[in-house]
Amino acid sequence: MIRFVKVSMQYPNGAGPALEDVSFHIGRGEFVFLTGHSGAGKSTLLKLMYADERPDQGDVRVSGFAIGSLRPEEVPRLRRRLGVVFQDFRLLEDRTAAENVGFALEVTGHRADVIPTRVARALAQVGLSQKAASFPRELSGGEQQRVAIARALVNDPPVLLADEPTGNLDERATRGVFQLLEDINAAGTVVVMATHDLDLVRAAKKRTLELRDGKLVFDSSDGGAAR
Amino acid sequence: MNLLWREAFLAFRRTRTLSVLSVVTIAFALFVTGLFGLVALNLRSALSGIAERVEVVAFVLHGTPSQALTVAAQDIAAFPEVQEVKYVSEEEALERAKRDLAEFSDAYKDLEVNPLPPSFEIRLKPEFRDATHAGLVAERMRSFDFVEDVRYGKDWVQRLDALRNLAGLVGLAIGLAFALVSMVIIGVTIRMTVLQRAREIHIMRLVGATDWFIRGPFLIEGAVKGLLGGLLALILCAVVFLIFRSEQFGTSLGLHFFGVGQVFLLLIFGVLLGFTGSLVSVGRHLKHV
Repeated sequence: MIRFVKVSMQYPNGAGPALEDVSFHIGRGEFVFLTGHSGAGKSTLLKLMYADERPDQGDVRVSGFAIGSLRPEEVPRLRRRLGVVFQDFRLLEDRTAAENVGFALEVTGHRADVIPTRVARALAQVGLSQKAASFPRELSGGEQQRVAIARALVNDPPVLLADEPTGNLDERATRGVFQLLEDINAAGTVVVMATHDLDLVRAAKKRTLELRDGKLVFDSSDGGAAR
Repeated sequence: MNLLWREAFLAFRRTRTLSVLSVVTIAFALFVTGLFGLVALNLRSALSGIAERVEVVAFVLHGTPSQALTVAAQDIAAFPEVQEVKYVSEEEALERAKRDLAEFSDAYKDLEVNPLPPSFEIRLKPEFRDATHAGLVAERMRSFDFVEDVRYGKDWVQRLDALRNLAGLVGLAIGLAFALVSMVIIGVTIRMTVLQRAREIHIMRLVGATDWFIRGPFLIEGAVKGLLGGLLALILCAVVFLIFRSEQFGTSLGLHFFGVGQVFLLLIFGVLLGFTGSLVSVGRHLKHV
C-alpha cells in the first residue's frame, strides 16, 4: 500500500535534511507506529504520504500513486483514498459534528441524498451518533478527535494516516481513540500512526518505525535491525 | 452546484463587513465610470446634434445666371463629402429671415431691395463633418467665380473635433484606471477572505476537494459582488441623473439616461470585473494557505 525507496527530502530553509535515505514498505491490513522525538521527521513522512510535500530524491508510492511525479490535479484523487487526522482535530467550529463529517462528502462532489446515511454510519462507527448535532466546542477532546476520525473515514479510504492523534488527549480518551483505530484497522484499513507516547507503543505490540534526525533507525518488522 | 452557491453566500454572510465594503467600492468605481459614461453619452448625442449642423454656406453674387447655378449645384452634389446641396434664393432667404427673426419683421416690411444674397447650403455626410473636410469643401467652393464668400464656422468645427477626441481619451483613461482600482480592491478582499477561511480551505484540500471546487465559491462571490456593485452604481447614476435633470438645470437640456443595452453592459462589466478580479487573485492567494 505504501512504499518508500531511498527517500530524501530537505525543506528550503531547513538546516539539515528532514528525511535521509528512508526505505520501508507497509502492506495491506497493517497497523504501523511511527515514533521518534520532535523534529525527527514523523510529520514530514506523513506529509509525503498525502502529497503535502514532495521527495527530493527516491520514490514514494501510496495506493498506487507515485508521489514524486504526481500532477497537481491528481492530488485530490489521492486524498480521497486517504484519511488524515491530526493532533489538533482541525474541525470547523461553526458546524456540527454531522456537518463536519458531511463536509468531506460535499466537497468531493457526493450527491446530497447519499450524504445523511453515510454521515450517520461514520458517526455510529466512532460511537458518536448521540452527538451528531453538537458543535465542536460542546464536545470533549476525545469526542472531537472521534469526529475528525469519522470525517477521515467517511470516504471509505483504504489508508488512514494519524499524526499524533492522541497528543492532546488524557489517558482515558487516548485509550478510547487508540481502540477505535485498532477497530478500524481490524476492518481492513491500513493505519499509520505517528506518536511519541512510548507507553502506548510498548503496550500495543504493533510494527514500529523509529525515526531519528530524518533517518529510519529502527523497524520492528526486521527483527529490530537498524538501517 | 448547489453547494458552491451555498458556500459563496455563507462566505458572504460570515465576512459581512468585508463583503459590504467590497460591494461598495466596486459600486463606487463603477459609479464613477458610469457617471463618466453618462457624460460621454450626453456629450456624444449633443455633439452629433451640433455636428448635424456642420454645413458649408457659400454666398452667391447677385445676378448670377440661373443656368450657371444649376450646373454648379450638380457639380457640388457630386463632391464625395457632400450629402445634400440646397440652393436658397434671395426670396427664400428673406422669407426665412422674416420667420426666424420675428422681432425685426417691421424692418423687413419697409425694404425696397432685398439685401440678402442667395446661397448654396451644403450638408456634409456624417463621416465628413469635421474641420478638415468642411475646410476642403469651403476651399473648393471659393474657386467658383460667382461665390462671394464661404462660411463654415471654422473655429467651432475645430473645437468640436478637439472636444470629441478629448472626451474619448478621458473616458478611456478614467474607465481603465477605475477598472484597475476595482480589481486591486477585489484582490485585497479575496486575500482577506482566503486568510479568514484558511482553515476551511486547508480541510477541503485535505479531504480531496479539487482546486476548482475550492475556487468556485470565490468566483461566484466575486461575480455576485460585481453584479451588486453594478446595480448599486446604476442606482447612484440614476439618482445623480434625476437630480441634474429636475432641479437646477431643467429638462430643456434634453439629457439621456443609459439605454437597456448600456445598462446590461454596465452590469456585465461589473460581473466580469468581480469574476476576473477573483480569478486572478484566488489562485495566487490559495497558494499561501
